[in-house]
Amino acid sequence: MSGIVIDHNKCIKCLACIKACPFNALSLENDKIEVNAACRLCKVCIGVCPTQAISLQDVIKKVIDKNLYQGILVYVEHTDGNIHPVTYELIGKALELAKKIDQQVYCLFIGENIKEKANVLLEYGVAKVLVYDHLDLRYFRVDNYANVFESAIKKLMPNTVLVGATTTGRSLAPRVAVRFKTGLTADTTILQMRENTDLVQIRPAFGGNIMAQILTTKTRPQFATVRYKVMDAPQKVTNVTGSIEIGVVNESMLKSKIELLEVKRKEATFEISEAEVIVVAGNGVKDEKGLKLVSELAELLDGVVGMTRPMIEKGTGSYLQQIGLSGRSVKPKLIITCGVSGAIQFVAGMDKSDTIIAINSDPNAPIFKTAHYAVVSDLYEVLPLLIKQIKGEIINEL
Amino acid sequence: MKIIVCIKQVPDTQKVKVDDKTGVLIRDGIDTKMNPFDLYALETAMKIKEQINAEITVITMGPPSAKEVIKEAYALGADSGYLLTDRKFAGADVLATSFTLAQGITAIGGYDLIICGKQTTDGDTAQVGPAIAEHLAIPHVSWVVKIKDVCDKSITFMEDMLDDIAIAKMNYPCLITVDKDVFQPRLPSYRLKQQAETKTINILTLEDLAQKDSEHYGLSGSPTQVEKIFEPTSEHEVERFEQDDKNNAKLLYQKLKELKYVKELS
Ligand SMILES: Cc1cc2nc3c(=O)[nH]c(=O)nc-3n(C[C@H](O)[C@H](O)[C@H](O)COP(=O)(O)OP(=O)(O)OC[C@H]3O[C@@H](n4cnc5c(N)ncnc54)[C@H](O)[C@@H]3O)c2cc1C
Repeated sequence: MSGIVIDHNKCIKCLACIKACPFNALSLENDKIEVNAACRLCKVCIGVCPTQAISLQDVIKKVIDKNLYQGILVYVEHTDGNIHPVTYELIGKALELAKKIDQQVYCLFIGENIKEKANVLLEYGVAKVLVYDHLDLRYFRVDNYANVFESAIKKLMPNTVLVGATTTGRSLAPRVAVRFKTGLTADTTILQMRENTDLVQIRPAFGGNIMAQILTTKTRPQFATVRYKVMDAPQKVTNVTGSIEIGVVNESMLKSKIELLEVKRKEATFEISEAEVIVVAGNGVKDEKGLKLVSELAELLDGVVGMTRPMIEKGTGSYLQQIGLSGRSVKPKLIITCGVSGAIQFVAGMDKSDTIIAINSDPNAPIFKTAHYAVVSDLYEVLPLLIKQIKGEIINEL
Repeated sequence: MKIIVCIKQVPDTQKVKVDDKTGVLIRDGIDTKMNPFDLYALETAMKIKEQINAEITVITMGPPSAKEVIKEAYALGADSGYLLTDRKFAGADVLATSFTLAQGITAIGGYDLIICGKQTTDGDTAQVGPAIAEHLAIPHVSWVVKIKDVCDKSITFMEDMLDDIAIAKMNYPCLITVDKDVFQPRLPSYRLKQQAETKTINILTLEDLAQKDSEHYGLSGSPTQVEKIFEPTSEHEVERFEQDDKNNAKLLYQKLKELKYVKELS
């Protein structure tokens, strides 16, 4: 038996572990503390036990030869060959991770009539783009794509595979990872490479209240998905050295059981993550008047209005405007929050922004820890004055 | 037809904090409830049942106390429920969890359609559904936003595909994960709630599954490990504007000018 083990001779049944366990995975059964199926091995219980009665019995498992797996593979997300920008962000991260272990970055590009478009990926310093081009791969169908993905992995034997945490990416990555009986970490926000080629994968857990650092030490490749607007896209390189390689598509890969009857382009929707300037209205914006101030400022700065979750729940805005863990991640050049407290779930969706200005009347508002500029003011006072200055209606009165 | 809905019990409050001094997690109020996204999955099953003859089975993996979530499903209209619980399932990541659920689903007997919520509120991975389908070697489609048609052989639906919306059809057996726009979940019925108290909850342990080698389950079957957990920190310089509103507005204006977001007015 491996996992959390309780030495019942040492246990004094103080129940500290039960109270501390974030997963509700410990309970008192027949007068003994037992671990149940909810355990996620976070090891919190080990730390709180006053008598050192709890320990982690490690699994002795076959460890594969990690040297057989080389390089970082980025899955190219696209629609009709138009590459989704999350792909470049993944390439940026992959290049950084690969450098650490002196390995290369590859791309996997699956679609129809995409050979030409693969060239642009090379301009970012990718060593190889593996292209699978076939009429039946025109549209994303997860079973066909998983078959091709599997074949590409067997060919390249990458150490790490990065996939965008898009709707399609989050459908595809788990199928492929299961095929290789390997680990997949979803929605990672920080990735680091260790010298022994283990990928350190950090992601928010428990609705973002804490961060979990996750490793896949015994299997390869190591899969991670990353949300759009979390990593930075790389610069183009001056001399392109990489090459395009055409992968072989077999009929056996194309026996999809998903019959596509119709595919329509989504209507162009408002996409807040594309904005360069965002002004956010939080709960401190209490009425129509406040909202107008926020919109006016956004307009003057060529920006758009974002909102916190309570505002969406109140029906003040559309879900597409919600920033945070359960909304959109954004990384604009400038974000100004007005009447936002700075809950971790909100901050998780915007803390990568270049410049963060927070306006809040509470000098101790948590948002001021995230902000670069903390404006301790009533938004109903400061916004009209600011707007007037921008419009040139008051000039240097002070 | 036979429909299986995968459900999970999650903490009701997300107020988990780390004690600065001890580094220990503090949870206040550990009420649990059904993962909100699973309500949409169960509702989808109920809507299908209103159209064609169907039997709805819910399955969950969790501690013995996760029986409660099956009762919740009964109160909403599920016909039968299974709880996968065993100490050997502890420490499971996505791979081991999906494997265990796939084993459990196989142990229950036949199925036509498996429905999962799009993700959970505690794990947030959106991966277990597709992973179950892979273990069972059946097709799946994630992010189903609308059910167009169901018959005893196939299901037709709308799926979200990044920049496209597709209408697609799959024959059974297959798995779908549904988005929250699919149907509005109903409220539990008082009558069903009463009945749920006495309704049988089937328990499945490792012994009941076809794959009995414990190496495939829990920690042993999990390629990922949580190395540590910590509270997110942000360490950087903060410039504070703490004068009166008038001066703050002026300082802010100057800052925006300096950052070149507003033009110098002449
Ligand atoms: C699982 C989970 C996911 C979540 N996901 C998200 C998410 O994606 N996005 C999100 O935003 N939230 C999310 N939340 C909710 C989050 O925890 C907070 O409740 C929310 O972000 C708070 O919004 P707020 O800052 O607008 O409101 P409040 O917390 O109410 O803050 C209002 C702030 O306005 C200030 N204020 C009031 N009046 C004025 C004034 N006149 N001038 C200046 N300042 C003023 C107050 O000092 C206060 O700091 C999530 C929660 C959970 C549990």
